[in-house]
Amino acid sequence: MRDVSSVTRSTPVATRPRPKTPSSAAGPLKRYRSSVGRKVVMAVTGAILFLFVITHMLGDLKAFLGREDFNHYSYWLRSVGAPALPHRVFLSSLEAGLVVAVILHIWAAVSLARQARRARPVRYAARPKVHENGYATYVMRYGGVVILLFVIWHLLDLTFGAVNPKGENATPYDKVIADFDPARWYITLFYIVAVILVGLHLRHGLFSAVQTLGWGRQGRYPAIRLVADVTAALVVLGFVAVPVGVTIGVLK
Amino acid sequence: MDELFTEGAPIEDTKAPEGPLEECWDKRRFGGKLVNPANRRKLSVIVVGTGLAGGSAAATLGELGYQVKSFCYQDSPRRAHSIAAQGGINAAKNYRNDGDSIQRLFYDTIKGGDYRSRESNVYRLAQVSVEIIDQCVAQGVPFARDYGGLLDTRSFGGVQVSRTFYARGQTGQQLLLGAYQALERQVAAGTVQMFARHEMLELIVVDGVARGIVARDMVTGEIETHTADAVVLASGGYGNVFFLSTNAKGCNVTATWRAHRKGALFANPCFTQIHPTCIPPSGDHQSKLTLMSESLRNDGRVWVPAKKGDTRKAADIPEDERDYYLERIYPSFGNLVPRDIASRAAKNVCDEGRGVGPGGLGVYLDFADAIARLGRDAVAAKYGNLFEMYERITGEDPFDVPMRIYPAVHYTMGGLWVDYDLQSTIPGLFVIGEANFSDHGANRLGASALMQGLADGYFVLPNTISDYLAKGPFEKIGEDHEAVVEAREAVDSRIEKLLSIDGDRTPDSFHRELGAVMWEYCGMERHEVGLLKAIERIRELREEFWTRVKVPGENEEFNQNLEKAGRIADFFELAELMCIDALHREESCGGHFCTASQTPDGEALRDDERFAYVAAWEYTGGAPVLHKEDLEYENVKMTQRSYK
Amino acid sequence: MKLTLKIWRQQNTADKGRMVSYELDDVSPDMSFLEMLDILNERLILEDEDPVAFDHDCREGICGMCSLVIDGTPHGPEKATTTCQLHMRKFKDGDVITIEPWRARAFPVIKDLVVDRTAFDRIIQAGGYISAPTGSAPEAAAIPVPKDDANDAFDAATCIGCGACVAACPNASAMLFTAAKITHLGLLPQGQPERYDRVTAMVDQMDAEGFGGCTNTGECTAVCPKGIPLETISRLNADLLKAYRG
Ligand SMILES: Cc1cc2nc3c(=O)[nH]c(=O)nc-3n(C[C@H](O)[C@H](O)[C@H](O)COP(=O)(O)OP(=O)(O)OC[C@H]3O[C@@H](n4cnc5c(N)ncnc54)[C@H](O)[C@@H]3O)c2cc1C
Ligand code: HEM
Ligand code: SF4
Ligand code: FES
Repeated sequence: MRDVSSVTRSTPVATRPRPKTPSSAAGPLKRYRSSVGRKVVMAVTGAILFLFVITHMLGDLKAFLGREDFNHYSYWLRSVGAPALPHRVFLSSLEAGLVVAVILHIWAAVSLARQARRARPVRYAARPKVHENGYATYVMRYGGVVILLFVIWHLLDLTFGAVNPKGENATPYDKVIADFDPARWYITLFYIVAVILVGLHLRHGLFSAVQTLGWGRQGRYPAIRLVADVTAALVVLGFVAVPVGVTIGVLK
Repeated sequence: MDELFTEGAPIEDTKAPEGPLEECWDKRRFGGKLVNPANRRKLSVIVVGTGLAGGSAAATLGELGYQVKSFCYQDSPRRAHSIAAQGGINAAKNYRNDGDSIQRLFYDTIKGGDYRSRESNVYRLAQVSVEIIDQCVAQGVPFARDYGGLLDTRSFGGVQVSRTFYARGQTGQQLLLGAYQALERQVAAGTVQMFARHEMLELIVVDGVARGIVARDMVTGEIETHTADAVVLASGGYGNVFFLSTNAKGCNVTATWRAHRKGALFANPCFTQIHPTCIPPSGDHQSKLTLMSESLRNDGRVWVPAKKGDTRKAADIPEDERDYYLERIYPSFGNLVPRDIASRAAKNVCDEGRGVGPGGLGVYLDFADAIARLGRDAVAAKYGNLFEMYERITGEDPFDVPMRIYPAVHYTMGGLWVDYDLQSTIPGLFVIGEANFSDHGANRLGASALMQGLADGYFVLPNTISDYLAKGPFEKIGEDHEAVVEAREAVDSRIEKLLSIDGDRTPDSFHRELGAVMWEYCGMERHEVGLLKAIERIRELREEFWTRVKVPGENEEFNQNLEKAGRIADFFELAELMCIDALHREESCGGHFCTASQTPDGEALRDDERFAYVAAWEYTGGAPVLHKEDLEYENVKMTQRSYK
Repeated sequence: MKLTLKIWRQQNTADKGRMVSYELDDVSPDMSFLEMLDILNERLILEDEDPVAFDHDCREGICGMCSLVIDGTPHGPEKATTTCQLHMRKFKDGDVITIEPWRARAFPVIKDLVVDRTAFDRIIQAGGYISAPTGSAPEAAAIPVPKDDANDAFDAATCIGCGACVAACPNASAMLFTAAKITHLGLLPQGQPERYDRVTAMVDQMDAEGFGGCTNTGECTAVCPKGIPLETISRLNADLLKAYRG
């Protein structure tokens, strides 16, 4: 028998776009390149960064216990594991881990943002109304960039001392006090704005990470949102406390 | 007027094997020829329609290994009109142990159809019904379940057993998505090629055998010819001939009508089901009607003002100036009389000038008593979402003011004539689902259209079509074959004609007017004078259509008015046949109430002596020819319905 | 009522398209939104102008065909309501109403307000089904399904495939649609054998179609006419993670 069906048409039947490499055929790590996979990367690295942020904040707050405590903590960070580990090995590996997390986090963020931009080539004429947390995409993306800039400045300032008034050889405590001198109010202000952005980032980020990792359920959402909101607020308060303390003279 | 029709030779079904009904389907499956699996992929089938019938058929044929081409006019097969069915699907599972059986489902369906359907087909439907539920559950259709996790059922449409399976108020949607997903699975597997946004405009018949279709790509306007070894029509019902109906806006008769013009007999075209509880039209702008579940009549009381032209608000009309007419005329059944009776009674009171709401087209369905008796919460629990839907559409809250309802066209029992194999009078042309006439006689029972669509598509057609396809290999038909060229040219010239008239009336304006004529004279109540008038008016209107219609734009683009105009042109021809069919059937039965045939107290009177047959009409271009298929009942006794 | 309509007009996919204003008098508050457009179109035809193309079919909120962005909101201002179920009484005399098509690369405009949504069909083709060839089904009552699971599966299964979620999403992501199907089939015992292959394949197809990624903003659920819940997305995420981990 012959193939007895025929069609006359000049327009080709739309061929189905095929995934470049289907996840099932990709390697165990490459799978995470799908849009959801990248979100998982973002959530996990975000969670690592979040843990860092919390520890960092608690460390900062030691400033209120006095100069000695703060400097000692700073020193301790560099000598954890001694004498088994050489000086700074622990901290450096922690830092290396954080750098990897930041890079992955930003890679995922940038590629998803680009995918989203490509996904809507023509915009709406009417300003799209925001019904839920649509604003979050802006806060996360533009806010993320500001946070990154802030982190770079922050490192240059306090870790390397390059932009710190006291230079790189001062003690950590002195650097901090010098930084937030009332005369340098604009630095304090920038710092506060950046911290608020981190707070907003976490407000959506924590909720989003829980959802991305598969734990979101209708009944749990109010609690998840509450925890995210409270945590974000605490982080903002915790980080703002030190500079404000310096500016108003509680810390000197 | 000239002779309206002539009578030709009787026809009969030759495919149902002789012998006891219970063995018929087994015997047929055993007697039919099979196609070797290796040969199936060399055979091609076109399926027009992706509703419950077409979707399930295309998926199943694909699974069997045939090359299938599937067509629908929507942008996705998932949107076929079956999606809108609410109530449920019947099956003789007897999970309730309440005395149900295949025999009882068969009996209920025959009786519900007012003894105008074929015993062999209906019996098979009841047999296959049990397999449908199995199939759907396996596909993941989320039917309602009870606390033990087993399937829940309810009783529906006035039967005494609980055999209706449902998925909240969206049974059609869930069943269709099951079929759609099975279909998409075959598309992915490469056995089914999907042509969405394609409208079939002509059937290709070669030497008396169906061999393909002409379809228009609704996006580009391209006219395509598709050939195959068999053609299956699953294009749904034609209720939209009335313009206002509960059908989707795109539902049409074009596919079946084109086949009718090419030689397929059209059976019982006048059998229309009119549903009593729809939301009434709110003005001239009305574009379609929305069905409200019939369950509302369990607790609502139907009434109109006793006086003509009473314009007071419902609340201001005292109890003794209200006419609870169903309770008055049918004291024993009251508000729960069957669909056709409730519909007709509503029309009568409105014709008397006692209707309520815009244009006087509506009657009250009042829940005040139910609210007083059961409490607001209980009523809300039962009917909450229906009340919400009503409020969304009308802006009125049924807790404060009585609902207004009016009957609307809902389903068409008529369709292309098919034999036991679901094959039409054109060899190679099969017709399934609402598009054929087969199983519901003069009146369809609630929850049985879904059953029929899926029975036809999943289980019946895939078995019967192999007997036909086994005759292959078939001659290859090229696109330059005379019959193909001719069909294509016919479509081209029709479209050209429609576009060239450039008159001064829109397609919709004609459709509305045609619908009004049909509703008036070929709706709930039919009589000779009216039908003759209707035929005359339809002919005039059709004339006018072909001289005054204005179809904007051109063919080579997305052109919704061109689509409409083509469908309306076919509705005109169908409308005339419906009126002729109604005129010739001088009896009242099921959805057809003929005023000349009623009991002394105004109830429908069937005439089994003269009309126990299927009226199958042949197209001639002039007066149609009537072929009768006599109906013999060997397993059930014919009785008259009474609801007083 | 008197209204000003600003409608997106685009001859075909290749055309650039633009907004055009129309004045409409005599709009009755009882009209549905689509009936209001019908009236406009009847007038345009008689004025020898091209009527506005828009998709619609059932006009009762179930087929998923209607698809208009009204004043920036897919399906317009009324919650849990499709465009075809929206009535003019939700608007005021003198209102200016902006009407646009769904905007997404994966939904190219065919004409005016009509877009091509076949990408959704292809996502289903990738795995949005249970493989149960006709005839192979076991007896329906053989496997009980807990009532709660059946209800949750049903809730997810009510998705009408309209695409409003994509239209509303700042990323034009199709996650809610995809997740609704994953959730529906993943909650039923019949859906288990293919559960993890299904989610990988459907997410891959979704990406290949050119939709954006989900950032859990919840805009989709706010406009979804069937109220498909956000948790469906989390369920998809959970399944996908499990599939990736193997
Ligand atoms: C509001 C409503 C509620 C209902 N509720 C119930 C219920 O509870 N229980 C019940 O049993 N029944 C119910 N019914 C009846 C039932 O839904 C239908 O009879 C049944 O779904 C018809 O299925 P089908 O597959 O034959 O056709 P449809 O589902 O109508 O499908 C027709 C298909 O054909 C295609 N098509 C049509 N013309 C063409 C053409 N020219 N070219 C190409 N393609 C074409 C369409 O695109 C579509 O895919 C209801 C009907 C309505 C209107
Ligand atoms: C202080 C360090 C940071 C922390 C603690 C942090 C934390 C998080 C967390 C927990 C998430 C949620 C992941 C998810 O959605 O599953 C997230 C998302 C995101 N982050 Fe960060 N992040 C940090 C820095 C950054 C930086 C520097 C950038 C940008 C360059 C960035 C850009 C984003 C973006 C775009 C998202 C996705 C938001 C969305 O879901 O809409 N983040 N982040
Ligand atoms: S999830 Fe909701 S908005 Fe999205 S396609 Fe389904 S019904 Fe439409
Ligand atoms: S037209 Fe069917 S959902 Fe609106």
